[in-house]
Amino acid sequence: MSFERIIFYAFAAILVYAAGRVVTARNPVHAALHLVLAFFTCAGLWLLLEAEFLAIVLVLVYVGAVMVLFLFVVMMLDINSAPLREGFIRYLPVGLAVAALMLFEMVAIVGVRYFGPEQVAIPARHPEGYSNTAELGRVLYTDYVYPFEIAAVILLVAIIAAIVLTMRRRPETKYQDPAKQVQARKADRLRVVKMSAEKKQ
Amino acid sequence: MDTLLELAWTLTKITAIVGPLMLGVAYLTFAERKIIGYMQVRIGPNRVGPRGWLQPIADALKLLMKEVIIPTNSNRFLFVIAPVLSIAPALAAWAVIPFSDTMVLANIDAGLLYILALSSVGVYGVIIAGWAANSKYAFLGAMRSAAQIVSYEIAMGFALVGVLIAGGSLNLVDIVEAQRGSLVHWFWLPLLPLFVIFFISGVAETNRAPFDVAEGESEIVAGFHVEYSGMTFAIFFLAEYANMILISVLTAVMFLGGYLSPFEGIPVLEGLFAWVPGMVWLLAKTCLFLLFFLWFRATFPRYRYDQIMRLGWKVFIPITIVWLLVEGAAVVLGIGPWFSGTAG
Repeated sequence: MSFERIIFYAFAAILVYAAGRVVTARNPVHAALHLVLAFFTCAGLWLLLEAEFLAIVLVLVYVGAVMVLFLFVVMMLDINSAPLREGFIRYLPVGLAVAALMLFEMVAIVGVRYFGPEQVAIPARHPEGYSNTAELGRVLYTDYVYPFEIAAVILLVAIIAAIVLTMRRRPETKYQDPAKQVQARKADRLRVVKMSAEKKQ
Repeated sequence: MDTLLELAWTLTKITAIVGPLMLGVAYLTFAERKIIGYMQVRIGPNRVGPRGWLQPIADALKLLMKEVIIPTNSNRFLFVIAPVLSIAPALAAWAVIPFSDTMVLANIDAGLLYILALSSVGVYGVIIAGWAANSKYAFLGAMRSAAQIVSYEIAMGFALVGVLIAGGSLNLVDIVEAQRGSLVHWFWLPLLPLFVIFFISGVAETNRAPFDVAEGESEIVAGFHVEYSGMTFAIFFLAEYANMILISVLTAVMFLGGYLSPFEGIPVLEGLFAWVPGMVWLLAKTCLFLLFFLWFRATFPRYRYDQIMRLGWKVFIPITIVWLLVEGAAVVLGIGPWFSGTAG
């Protein structure tokens, strides 16, 4: 077994374990941390596929930003998971049915029949000087420039919408105006009172 | 057999980077106490060894001998693994730092992205430490630190985009080579606002004064590592100082020409200093920024929390975006000597 294959199986095993723990962990913080582990190992697998840009961006965006905010919320909320588990047995048959259906659908679509080595040629290794990042950038900004820009605009709209939906005037909040704070002078705040010394009674 | 040999050789190289780095961290703490001491007109540590030179060794020994206390009701596994998560990214980022044009552990194409990704992972050590310790002070510190790091990460990322445009590459060696020419070819001049913002964001990312509300002795005791003692605390300490060195070296590589000589392009001096290896220049530039770190700590009072957030979101991010536009225009117009080669 080649070194690369050993790495692949090690990462795949960790990935499956971490993904499993995400849904089985009792503590929501542990679940979120296992999701981080899953993202990390997934990035490792992508590196093996010579997709280093996607791998690093996965770590940068999902591990570095999204999951930090996730953890933030989960830690602050202090979710008690006991009531969430109450109906486990009752909903089990429905859940199993949905899971089986999804498994069937996925096997039907991405099975060996359509994506096996007979249908899709094994991609050739890239030569040494090949830069996945540069190649991706070239394709994104030439062939797919319109879809790319449209996606960017849609995301911008989503950001603005989220801000507008949650922003409301709250007169009770105390707000500091730094411009005013900077302009405050000694004479505005301080009054020096001249008085003669007092004797202790 | 070949694989094994290569592995051993890589391990040797890693040791050659991490060993001096750890020693550098130890003596950075000494330098900090001495320099801040002199700035405040006192002498600083001078008892252990000649002129106090053995003080960091004594400190390290003391921390090694102390008991590691794990609080009851804390999450044992996460509590112990948090310091490791904190130091690992700080060390791993050194893999792509070029010490000279050929001396890099891993000369990868996406080096800049790799560094950005790793620096964003460092926050996990802090968050997990704060949560696992099961203490409200630690938790408050972790929350503050997480919010702060995430905010300044954005400004830092935008500053790096500016470097990427000017250098025309994500590879750190290529970025340094793009600055070759003379002192004014270095990116600090065309990217001056980004340079300043990158370094200040770096100070904020490492939770150093004046952005150290995450530790905030006067309000939340010591922040996220309040429950840590002995070796586990020492690793947090190491991580903080290793991060400082990393930020300094990154600023030197990206804005001050890394291993390039500052006398390049000057008729007589260039030849006179041609024998100095590039690593010396890199080290000197790094020390300059480290001095700034210490200087800030001795000079500025701690920022209030809302001021930190305001500075990050409302000042730095708009400035970086505006400067990216200016830089884009400069590239399109091919303004020399920095952008004449990159257009097209």
